[in-house]
Amino acid sequence: MNIKNGYFEKKMHEHIFKNYEAKDKSSLIPLLQDIQSIYGYLPEAALQDISDFVDMPLSRIYGVATFYNQFRLTPLGENIIRVCRGTACHVKNSSNILFAIETALNIKAGETTRDKKFTIEIVNCIGACSIAPVVTVNEDYYGRISVKDIPNILKKYSKVSKKDNLPQPEVNLA
Amino acid sequence: MIQLKINNVAIKAEEGMSVLDAAKSVGIHIPTLCHLKDLTPTGACRICVVEVEGQRNLVPSCAYPVFKGMSVETNSARVRRARKTIVELLVENHPQDCLVCVRNKNCELQDLSDKYSVREHRYVGEKKDHAIDISSASIERDPAKCILCGRCVRVCHEVQKVGAIDFTKRGFLSTVTTPYNKGINISDCILCGQCILVCPTAALREKSSMKEVAAALNDKRKFTVVQIAPAVRATLGEEYNMPPGTEVTGKLITGLRRLGFNKVFDTNFSADLTIMEEATELIHRINNNGKLPMFTSCCPGWVKYAEHNKPEILEHISTCKSPHEMEGAVLKTYYAKKMEIDPKDIFVVSIMPCTVKKYESSRSELKEESYADVDAVLTTRELTRFFKLAGIEFNDLPEDNFDDPLGESTGAAAIFGTSGGVMEAALRTAYYKLTGKELETLELEPVRGDKNIKEISIKISDMELNFAVVNGIGNIKPIIDDIQNGTSKYHFIEVMTCPGGCVNGGGQPIHQKNDKIQKRMKALYQIDSNMTYRRSHENESVKILYEEFFTEPNSYCAHEILHTKYFDRKIKRKTQI
Repeated sequence: MNIKNGYFEKKMHEHIFKNYEAKDKSSLIPLLQDIQSIYGYLPEAALQDISDFVDMPLSRIYGVATFYNQFRLTPLGENIIRVCRGTACHVKNSSNILFAIETALNIKAGETTRDKKFTIEIVNCIGACSIAPVVTVNEDYYGRISVKDIPNILKKYSKVSKKDNLPQPEVNLA
Repeated sequence: MIQLKINNVAIKAEEGMSVLDAAKSVGIHIPTLCHLKDLTPTGACRICVVEVEGQRNLVPSCAYPVFKGMSVETNSARVRRARKTIVELLVENHPQDCLVCVRNKNCELQDLSDKYSVREHRYVGEKKDHAIDISSASIERDPAKCILCGRCVRVCHEVQKVGAIDFTKRGFLSTVTTPYNKGINISDCILCGQCILVCPTAALREKSSMKEVAAALNDKRKFTVVQIAPAVRATLGEEYNMPPGTEVTGKLITGLRRLGFNKVFDTNFSADLTIMEEATELIHRINNNGKLPMFTSCCPGWVKYAEHNKPEILEHISTCKSPHEMEGAVLKTYYAKKMEIDPKDIFVVSIMPCTVKKYESSRSELKEESYADVDAVLTTRELTRFFKLAGIEFNDLPEDNFDDPLGESTGAAAIFGTSGGVMEAALRTAYYKLTGKELETLELEPVRGDKNIKEISIKISDMELNFAVVNGIGNIKPIIDDIQNGTSKYHFIEVMTCPGGCVNGGGQPIHQKNDKIQKRMKALYQIDSNMTYRRSHENESVKILYEEFFTEPNSYCAHEILHTKYFDRKIKRKTQI
């Protein structure tokens, strides 16, 4: 039994697969959702296991996973920065805000910093157009911000470690 | 039958037929890009749109079934305008580097742009930008030239059932790529090149070896040797506007001599050699309770498929090298010794109908001492380019004959290029070896033709032996499942990756017509029936080779030089989460 070699994860995946019929292609998306609910993203090994289970080529599963916005292929950071790119925010120069955050963290939207502290996501409208441009970090809203505010906002979150923000495995391995 | 009108011509069509097929049956041409005969219509490119009376929008004719009393306009002003816009949009998101493109003058996008008189840039905007995937030894992928028609994806998933590439992401960001965009060489791709044959642009193309070959030809120290695969002689003529199925062996030999090769040999010689080895191996397995059924190993695509997907059955595959590797091995051992040439100075070029052979020739286990058996592989298409470069007018060339001794061949070798050919050739020799008698009818009709799986049973002495031919790697799965369940009734199975065999290989002239394959097959069967000697064991040069060098088939020496081994190449499951 070699836990280092992904043994535990494989068992966990098999536990999820029990709820589905093997080689049933229609169960692909629910399976992806279940896997994502454990890890917060879709690890490559999990996609390979799903590929064997539903008997579909990995390329097709990767295609589905990249087609839907709800699936992520990289792990989430401790803090999720959502930059609104809706119409109102766009008019209020949200593209500059996004660029400033990307430059400050040295990653692109959709990616996670190497220290796993931040993830940048683009959202199409948060519904807070009156305070455009809006950026949210985790549950906190920052409205009517300018590029100048970005360093201060980021500084706030790089200090505190919010480990419990990460989704926890919900699977009972009994 | 359903009555309908297309362009005011009353026609009858079968129920369930698409408008496109109905139009075609009465000679009305509708342009297509993403459409592939017999595969799922996707209606992705919309170039085949037509106007149907009573419908508000234009409909894609490839995916629209006929109905009773419908009236279709295939070339109205509205249709033409729509098609032109589609072509303009495709062209604008394309590098437009036709002058330096390998598919110049043989590109469907270029044809359409010309057909719909696209003469200006109306939609200049952002273009997709992707790196070229040069990771593999056989195939290059240039996603910037891809128009996302999805033909390669459908051939890979539906025909070959490999599934190495698929659409990823969506909208402007969507590309056809391998999982995690890792590069063809790290994927499950078996490099068969069927995707190249269906690609309308140069988004998929072979990796060219022309530079290496040209350098070797210019190097005076090198003794350059070329060999021609069985299937190339039946297809090369198509590149020079000859009718499909024209045999051009004589001209081809002259052309290669004029390119500057010292010797022109025939892969058919080593095809005969392969049969001697393979038939002996089969008999050995049958008599000694070896692993049965035995698979042929001539097709490197099939070998790569097994290594990637079913490493458990590798023991079932014959250990014989593929014919062109055998020819290279014989050249660098026996021939080098006989002619007193240092094997390091021999440069072996194979003209192949195949893209996988490029990868195969780069395999590290296929070598004699430290010299690769085959140094470079050119596809049929690359050879045409080479002739063009060297100013050789192919149509006007006189005919010539192969050099000796590795140029002699029998009819059995000629049919190696078609599905069922290897089986037929092997049976002719195996029957003789087992019974001491010749087969009564040499033409084994059950293994000819374009069926997916072809079967034949032959009674040899007191044994009833079952043989199967798998025509296209997409049909292999049930056969392997049977073997793994222990229920397989077969003794010997031939597998060819490309549907139809090497005549339809990934390195052959680009075509979209199925009937061409039949004609190419026929050409090879014709060569066979014109031959005096039609069984591999009758090849005099092969007999001499065994007398002088190998002593007998499957001898120790033959095993060292003519046989190989296979490796488990299954992509390992990632262990790190």
